[in-house]
Amino acid sequence: MAERKPVKGVTIEKTEKLIAETLAEMPEKAAKKRAPHLGANEPTVSSCAVKSNKKVVPGVMSQRGCAYAGAKGVVWGPIRDMVHVSHGPIGCGVYSWGTRRNLMQGIPGVTSFPMDFTSDFQERDIVYGGDLKLEKLLKEADELFPLNKGMSILSECPVGLIGDDINAVAKKMESELDKLVVPCNCEGFRGVSQSLGHHISNDSIRDHIIGKFEFKEEAGPYDVALIGDYNIGGDVWAAKPILEEIGLNVKSVWTGDGEVEKIGATHSVKLNLIHCYRSMNYMCKVMEEKWNIPWLEYNFFGPTKIEESLRAIAACFDDKIKKNVEKVIKKYKPVMQEVIDEYRPRLDGKTAMLFVGGLRPRHTIGAYEDLGIQITGAGYEFAHQDDYDRTAPEMAKGTLIYDDVSEFELEKFVEELKPDLVGSGIKEKYVFQKAGIPFRQMHSWDYSGPYHGYEGFKVFARDIDMAINSPTWGLVKSPF
Amino acid sequence: MAEKKLRQIAIYGKGGIGKSTTTQNTVAGLASLGKKVLIIGCDPKADSTRLILHAKAQDTVMDKVRELGTVEDLELEDVCRRGYGDVMCVESGGPEPGVGCAGRGVITAINFLEEEGAYTPDLDFVFYDVLGDVVCGGFAMPIRENKAQEIYIVVSGEMMAMYAANNIAKGIVKYASSGSVRLAGLICNSRNTDREADLIEALAARLGTQMIHFVPRDNQVQRAELRRMTVIEYSPEHKQAAEYRELARKITENEMFVVPTPLEMEELEDLLLEFGIMEAEDESIVGVAESA
Repeated sequence: MAERKPVKGVTIEKTEKLIAETLAEMPEKAAKKRAPHLGANEPTVSSCAVKSNKKVVPGVMSQRGCAYAGAKGVVWGPIRDMVHVSHGPIGCGVYSWGTRRNLMQGIPGVTSFPMDFTSDFQERDIVYGGDLKLEKLLKEADELFPLNKGMSILSECPVGLIGDDINAVAKKMESELDKLVVPCNCEGFRGVSQSLGHHISNDSIRDHIIGKFEFKEEAGPYDVALIGDYNIGGDVWAAKPILEEIGLNVKSVWTGDGEVEKIGATHSVKLNLIHCYRSMNYMCKVMEEKWNIPWLEYNFFGPTKIEESLRAIAACFDDKIKKNVEKVIKKYKPVMQEVIDEYRPRLDGKTAMLFVGGLRPRHTIGAYEDLGIQITGAGYEFAHQDDYDRTAPEMAKGTLIYDDVSEFELEKFVEELKPDLVGSGIKEKYVFQKAGIPFRQMHSWDYSGPYHGYEGFKVFARDIDMAINSPTWGLVKSPF
Repeated sequence: MAEKKLRQIAIYGKGGIGKSTTTQNTVAGLASLGKKVLIIGCDPKADSTRLILHAKAQDTVMDKVRELGTVEDLELEDVCRRGYGDVMCVESGGPEPGVGCAGRGVITAINFLEEEGAYTPDLDFVFYDVLGDVVCGGFAMPIRENKAQEIYIVVSGEMMAMYAANNIAKGIVKYASSGSVRLAGLICNSRNTDREADLIEALAARLGTQMIHFVPRDNQVQRAELRRMTVIEYSPEHKQAAEYRELARKITENEMFVVPTPLEMEELEDLLLEFGIMEAEDESIVGVAESA
């Protein structure tokens, strides 16, 4: 891959100086802990990637979530035909209810269950244990919503603290209700971030779902599954049609707008296409080991990356698919050029800084670049080493990499690098907007989307232009 | 009349050492001296009040909470019972071993009692009879800020009982540094081991406290227990009843409240060696099976 063209004014020395200045304002101990998590990018030296997946330094404001958030909010929540039970006190369930914009089809309460099921722990459930209550809840939920295809039990912290045995309850109720019941021991205190919740959920899918079902239709040579796309703002619905257009058969989606029986039958596909590597690489590796299913990372953000990914996918199949891919690329090229012609003149030469979750910092870079925007800083909330290894080549030399960045650090970096756009989460949004810096909430596509696929790029380009070139910024006058 | 000062006392000690028996007999002794006492059993076994109430087991706070659904629906009258000598009795209760969180049960129960005004102004003493092994924060609830200020450790001349007493002293140091809880003495509940009184005196001295009383072993205690009674009530003229009255009197007059100085493991072992409880370690036999 060709190295990124340098960003004007960005050098390794300058970036390292900025990092040193930022660390200098912290207490010695905190600075020492944070230093390895910040770095200037060396695209060709993977060993320079920052340290990651470590405990947050006490006292700093972190944007991280917990294992329960990773399990319920990310992996399980989007499976539309299951009842997902937040097991424990009511807060975790209610505050994670409908906040992630993983869109789904179906009739709520009949064929989809985007509701908040929780065991609403009271003092007596803590003292005497909540296993009996859980049994009762599962029975009642199944009676009220008989068309559910299964139930997941997502442990909140107290369940782990008092040692309730949700695994035994799940086993018992599975035979009693004759329905899939999946325990997931994703207590929030486990691990250093939501990342462990993804892993635990993958393990639950491995132990309780995969291989338990078969597709109704015959297997074909073009069967694939989409892994790690949670249909945020409808991304799945923008990505799936492209794959179908090139002649592939998308048999299941993990887990955006997902159906559990299809997820459980995925062991018979020919190729797994993985979008969010961080949250689902575990199951791809399981399916590779156990059923010899190869997997491939793909990226449908922006036409450049779409074309790159389509050709990589085509390389896994026969000439029919290869021909189709070229046909599809040719078909959409003018459509995409039209988008670029409209927006690029207004965005060319701008810079952006990103701080998001599992895959977006590196995956969306191509889409920004298609619009002429350069990325001057990027980081992840809960990434691991392999994510940063994949990020370094996508960034220009000397750009800033920050892992689990604190609010203080991010503000300082933005103040210094003065990007034209910051893309991060809801907790950062108003901080930067109030500072007069255009912002997009990139976890939920800021209530917009899709951003994925050809359809998504149109929306993405419009939104980015709207954010950066809004006349509002010219009307805001600082009172200071 | 000057307002009475409520003294809150927690009894700790190794499991099976006789905390509940000693507590109830001592409380009966205090009652016979005209003192008003409340006993709060902080053990899911709920056996801290049976000798005072002549009952197998009273309804516990947590039992009633489970029955009624929430602690908010519970009334004091549901869980407070009056027994021998007007002693008020409450059991926190909790789950059977292996489920739930017994420690949280203690916290819930004590919070409930405080909020509902169980600590009436006419009381002279509150006794917390706590589960032998302080396995989690819940069982330290009675010695947190504004609760028990005095702790008595029930101990005997047996090695493990002394280990446990020393560990409890360590726990007291932790809470003493942040609050007003103090060690008030060791109660030796005799097991008729060799030189037991001397040994416990020596241990008390090392811990910076006193052996407040040596309670001799006497089967009269068991005879009374069979009738679910304290010795004080069953046979007030018996010499064992006199021992408990004496302990009660000493507690009433006790003014020695200290931050303990727990022993290092080696010091404790030296002490045990000195008194012949433990033999000098022979490293050559460690880990070698009999048949080897």
